[in-house]
Amino acid sequence: MAAMTPKTSNAPDLSDAFRGTISRPPNAWQKGSDVAFKVIAHAFGALVVLLLIGVVLEVMRHAHGAMSTYGLRFLTNSVWDANRAEFGVLPQIAGTIYTSFLALLIGGLLGITVALVLSQGFLHHRWELVMKNVVELLAAIPSVVYGLWGIFVLVPALRSPAGWLNDHFGKFPLFSTRLSGPGILPAAAVLSIMILPTVTAISREAMAAVPPRLSAAAYALGATRWEVIFRVTLPTASGGIFGALVLGLGRAFGETMALAMLVGNTNTFGWSLFSPGNTLAALLANHFPEAGKIEVGALMYAAAVLLLITLAVNLIGSFIMLRATAGLKDLK
Amino acid sequence: MMPGNPRTAETGASSEVNPFRLSLSNPRTLFNRVLTGVALLLSLFALLPLFSVLYMLIVRGGSMLSFGLFTQLTPGAGMEGGGIGNAILGTLVVVVVASLLSLPLGFLAAVYLAEYGGDSKLAVVVRFAGKVLTGMPSILAGVFAYATVVAVTGSFSALAGGVAMAVLMVPIVMLTAEQALRSVPSKMKMAALGMGATRTQMVLRVVVPTAMPGILTGVMLSLARAMGETAPLLFTALFSDYWFEGKLQAPIASLAVLIYNFSGSPFEHLVKLAWAASLVLVSLVLVLNVTAQIVIKRPKEQ
Repeated sequence: MAAMTPKTSNAPDLSDAFRGTISRPPNAWQKGSDVAFKVIAHAFGALVVLLLIGVVLEVMRHAHGAMSTYGLRFLTNSVWDANRAEFGVLPQIAGTIYTSFLALLIGGLLGITVALVLSQGFLHHRWELVMKNVVELLAAIPSVVYGLWGIFVLVPALRSPAGWLNDHFGKFPLFSTRLSGPGILPAAAVLSIMILPTVTAISREAMAAVPPRLSAAAYALGATRWEVIFRVTLPTASGGIFGALVLGLGRAFGETMALAMLVGNTNTFGWSLFSPGNTLAALLANHFPEAGKIEVGALMYAAAVLLLITLAVNLIGSFIMLRATAGLKDLK
Repeated sequence: MMPGNPRTAETGASSEVNPFRLSLSNPRTLFNRVLTGVALLLSLFALLPLFSVLYMLIVRGGSMLSFGLFTQLTPGAGMEGGGIGNAILGTLVVVVVASLLSLPLGFLAAVYLAEYGGDSKLAVVVRFAGKVLTGMPSILAGVFAYATVVAVTGSFSALAGGVAMAVLMVPIVMLTAEQALRSVPSKMKMAALGMGATRTQMVLRVVVPTAMPGILTGVMLSLARAMGETAPLLFTALFSDYWFEGKLQAPIASLAVLIYNFSGSPFEHLVKLAWAASLVLVSLVLVLNVTAQIVIKRPKEQ
């Protein structure tokens, strides 16, 4: 054992700890501090649970007043007027779901494609690593920077194609308005960039977990690469990929800044991709800083709604992932 | 090479067994090649925004770089000149406050999970709580800090911003530190115990120093995340056009909120400052991320 120590130099230098006698039983102080440390560690573990409970309870406690005043009407009302003390979040809920699913459509498709490119041997190992790092870089950029980019690069770039679609296909509800500035489509596009790394990372892991002998068997039967992907890899990894999409959706529901900057913040909801809208998180970001006492109560109610939606989506996503990994274990 | 690697299987099939692999007249191989092209194009398309963002940061933000940018206060609406010095300082202050609150909590909770918890009921619940906190929208951390600090003290403050950030950092620190602590070989732990060390001595003198690179990586990743977060600061730390004067009870500037506030400004100069602030913020975040990668890689190379 002694000969090993210099080789693994990340191992700590133990010579100080055991200077003098080679070994001896701990004395009373050491035993006492041992118990104390154990208790402290347990307490801090429990504190993390208390932190979560604290977050949920604090939001609920402050939302309680508004909950009893507005009841479930809050969820179906589309007026947000602090002067008349009338509040409702129907357009925000609809906007949150609409933008998130649009983002999932774009970001999910691209994310799974990138995961395939990264895991199915399309690229040399070195390029796979480079691309993996670039995707991680995508996740590292703060969302407020994406928001800034959206305002000054994406919206101007989308304006003329949006105008063309509106001129020629204006009868379809999706293109029924013009893009005047911020709107659903730029918000969803930026949102899809932000969920792409999540979807890619988790679904790549699911694809990598497919036992190689399954795809090797298919290759041996003469299948092409994409036949293997469509008939072996994707079906086997489908549970994990689905879980990745649900977790990506959870991220999209809670994402705030890019939406607060790009969605337009009007209390309306329209199917047109180019119309402005609003989301729950953007509502909180835009109204909290200047809210009076009554409005804060209503905002807390909205926060509680957001908390419940994202908790539910994330729990479902984790549950799917758990079942998917358990299912793959049987294959091995 | 692994025996079942698809790459080996495929090259074997292509170059020797199937000489018509490159043929475009065969619908199966044609389909295969078209899809490969589409997949590579889509992947490039997916990464396009990143390059566009980085390009814009360097072009628009880079043109603003000067010494004064880092040392001067933010200008008022319609004014020229000024810098983002107070926002840079403010971001650092908030992150330090958040670190003081979150690092001890996350670290000790990780020690509990890795060394004492095992698969006990409490450990399962703690891990679950950590995962739920990781997936929670960041703005809800701001709502929590608003309820516990701003609503109680009656004013927006740097402290409230720090509390909000800390809520976001705790689960990242805890989950990554647990992984690092768990990867310490049990041989080393047993050797320490066998020499008569108490469990505490073993943890503090053997396990923690060995796992330090992994723990530091988690700390740096959590710092990077905290720095870029805007939503929880909007209605906790708020913003300030003045320097931080040592008072945690007062509102404080931050790079993230500066970008948000100035992005909607009608004044060209403020928008330029927002780009410059973005460049500084992204640089800080990237430096932290890259350092984290280097720290974690070092022990592996040996």
